[in-house]
Amino acid sequence: MMEMHLPVLQVIVPLLSAAICFLLGRGKLPWMFATLVSWVTFAISILIAIQVSDGSTLQYELGGWEPPWGISYNVDQLNALVLVIVSGIAAVVFPYALRSVEREIAPEQHGLFYTAMLLCFAGLLGITITGDAFNVFVLLEISSLSTYTLISLGKDRRALTSSFQYLIMGTIGATFILIGIGLIYALTGTLNMADLAERIPQIESSRTLQAAFAFIVVGFGLKLAMFPLHLWLPNAYAFAPSVVSAFLAATATKVAVYALLRFLFDVYDVNFTYEAMQVQYLLIPLATVAILFASIVAIFQNDVKRMLAYSSVAQIGYMLLGIGLVNATGITATLLHLFNHALMKGALFLALGAVCYRIGRTSIQQMAGLGQQMPWTMAAFVVGGLSIIGVPLTAGFVSKWYLILGTLENGWWPLTAAILIASLLAVIYIWRVVEVAYFRERPEGAPDVKEAPLSLLLPTWVLAAANIYFGVQTDFTVSFAKGAAASLLGGAP
Amino acid sequence: MDTLGLFNYWVVIFLMMAGFYTVIARGNLVKKIVGLNIFQTSVFILYISLGKVSGGTAPIVSDAATAYSNPLPHVLILTAIVVGVATTALGLALIIRIKEAYGTIEEDEILAMDQKDEGRE
Amino acid sequence: MLGLTAMTIIRLRSLFAVVMLFSIYSLLTASLFMVLDAVDVAFTEAAVGAGISTMLMLGTLMITGYREKRPAHSPILPLIVVVLTGAVLVWGTLDMPHFGSPDQPVHQHVAPRYIDDSPKEVGIPNMVTSVLASYRGYDTMGETIVVFAALIGVLSLIGIKKYTNKEPGRTEKPPESILQVAAKLLIPFILLFALYVQFHGDFGPGGGFQAGVIFAAGIILYALTFSLKDAMHLAPPKVVKVIAAFGVLLYGGTGIVSMLKGGTFLNYSVLAHDPIHGQHYGILLVELGVGLTVASVMMLIFYAFVSRGEAD
Repeated sequence: MMEMHLPVLQVIVPLLSAAICFLLGRGKLPWMFATLVSWVTFAISILIAIQVSDGSTLQYELGGWEPPWGISYNVDQLNALVLVIVSGIAAVVFPYALRSVEREIAPEQHGLFYTAMLLCFAGLLGITITGDAFNVFVLLEISSLSTYTLISLGKDRRALTSSFQYLIMGTIGATFILIGIGLIYALTGTLNMADLAERIPQIESSRTLQAAFAFIVVGFGLKLAMFPLHLWLPNAYAFAPSVVSAFLAATATKVAVYALLRFLFDVYDVNFTYEAMQVQYLLIPLATVAILFASIVAIFQNDVKRMLAYSSVAQIGYMLLGIGLVNATGITATLLHLFNHALMKGALFLALGAVCYRIGRTSIQQMAGLGQQMPWTMAAFVVGGLSIIGVPLTAGFVSKWYLILGTLENGWWPLTAAILIASLLAVIYIWRVVEVAYFRERPEGAPDVKEAPLSLLLPTWVLAAANIYFGVQTDFTVSFAKGAAASLLGGAP
Repeated sequence: MDTLGLFNYWVVIFLMMAGFYTVIARGNLVKKIVGLNIFQTSVFILYISLGKVSGGTAPIVSDAATAYSNPLPHVLILTAIVVGVATTALGLALIIRIKEAYGTIEEDEILAMDQKDEGRE
Repeated sequence: MLGLTAMTIIRLRSLFAVVMLFSIYSLLTASLFMVLDAVDVAFTEAAVGAGISTMLMLGTLMITGYREKRPAHSPILPLIVVVLTGAVLVWGTLDMPHFGSPDQPVHQHVAPRYIDDSPKEVGIPNMVTSVLASYRGYDTMGETIVVFAALIGVLSLIGIKKYTNKEPGRTEKPPESILQVAAKLLIPFILLFALYVQFHGDFGPGGGFQAGVIFAAGIILYALTFSLKDAMHLAPPKVVKVIAAFGVLLYGGTGIVSMLKGGTFLNYSVLAHDPIHGQHYGILLVELGVGLTVASVMMLIFYAFVSRGEAD
């Protein structure tokens, strides 16, 4: 009986737990509760992934009304993969949160902090799992509102302005999505994604449909920080509390990429996206510029957190490039990178959070000599860094490999070159940190720092190890990504 | 007839763009929030216009009615209005904190202060 | 009318006037919704746009000041973006089905079932309520949680300042002003009306959300005419917070009970022997959940804004 309800439990467990968490008050209780919830949710996502691993799909009718009249949850390999990564990251980040949050956030706000984290987490899962276009908007707003809150909890006053900036950009994005959904609804009379997919081919030449497409792409583009709509991201990640940066960098943009994929290929279809709208000619230049430009900007950052944030903009470029390649290998690369990037950025931000825990800030000069004093933390940072660069035997290599295969398949040499150049740029910005941390002395008079406590190290190393594990053992990720890519390109599900 | 049938939508688009302009062009944070509200409200009008049936009545069963307007857009917009007010409340709370931290709510002045901060680091 | 108001809002630099005009804009929109047959939406827009939003904006202005400075940079770039977006939209509407015509797809697909069958399947005459609470009940739960999320945000940002009882308390009550007497007479009716809207949503326009807003308005009126302290005494923030979370849990709990009874999440039909009765109970419970959460969240947000203003 439980098995049947898994899809809905995936979302309502964290969602309703948030309300309970709110009542738990202060102290460690909210944290313990939230961590437990994140583990339960992770377990649920794995059970779901097992059920769909043979290529089948699950459908769950909320309220007992069959779609398109009611709202339904649909799970296939694509969103099962995203569910696993989002809840997996949460299951690692929540245990980590305790010490880091104690240091960075005032005690009376801990209860609210964990409540907001759970809401954000549940919202992201909800966007991923739902099969209803309007429901996406509602859950998007749940996760967005809690994200604004989480960012504003950062210590620096600039956290407030970056949160406000994100609120404005995010709401414009959400409203664009709302306009897009409204226009599609005007033409088809339905909101259910599968039902839309059936009806859209009949009216493909409609200009309204094309306008709706533009609004949805721009709306999600804002949310996923597609270049040049990325302006909110670097500040938001740089000034948010460490835990929040790690969680958001690893999950939020991934979910937006997923949602974009879902709309491009399932609600609309391959023909419409690639032939009628020629979306590849928009994505490829933007993605290429994003990869190169953001990587170069990253090199010149003094704050390591902000450096990683610009690196995220570049990595999102890789994902969009994969979509622009118009072949199954490209989409596979996008999905692999979605999964792997969550692992590497998670590991990097968590390692950085541990640094912040000990020295209180994250500017690059302050990290001098940390290689000796915090060997485990910095080693995890290096592993994450290698993965970002795409060194063989790390997860980052796998996704870049597929991306390069995808460009070669089309014979698009310049793109292959761009990817390689961007990898070199990544070597430079990661090396800057390594050089400072390992080959410079601790500045005179700087207090001695100890290694980070175990409760921070352990989660960081879980992710760092995952980077290596998924770099060597690629069966799970590649088979899911390939299956999902095939079903995306195969037209309506 | 061709343009008349669409006139209503064009008015909505005008309102949308007025709101959108206020959001991106104005530097005062409160005014941005007001603009955001106008932008969203006009989208609501778009949805509700979709649901209207000429000669229909409000979708509550009554004997006198022959045709009802479509209830679905109404429901969607009820939800969206609530989302809008939630965003507004949060945005205003942020403004209050920004005012306390910076002493101003003009975007340009805040940016200038931030740049000074960065220079110092 | 709407266009004119919107343009004036852009031009004006007195923020107080801007907010007042925004309130008028909301009321105009609400009346437009009335004309378009969306009574429930009109009700909500009036309560939210002209009521809650305006009040919160005024509360913010109290703290931040009323004047807007002249923008320093040129408006060319935003203007281009806006015109471009508008052009895409106008171009997009060229293929739109015409306004009001009954044969557009919106009226042909999905909606007919709500209109024709919902009175039989769900058993209540207000179709908006049926769709809201039953067919798309999950969206409404999401909406309740969005409100809850806003509360979390506001509390963590500005919090509610506590009033200590150490301040020299008023030992003798000052004579009541006319306003206070009038409010005293009015408030019970407002609260009663809120309850009516809450439980009458099945038949006429109304429902949990509108009722919640009205109920909160009653308490807010009390706070305005007497003092925030008195209001907090009447409805202590601690208790109200618990109610806010309880509302969410009541909604979710209804869903979980229907799961335990063998249906899917939020399938009310299994709640009683007869599906129609089950639907009735379910809608009653979830609307109550929405009402409780909305009323308490609105009150708490009001407390937070005003106590922040008084603290300065």
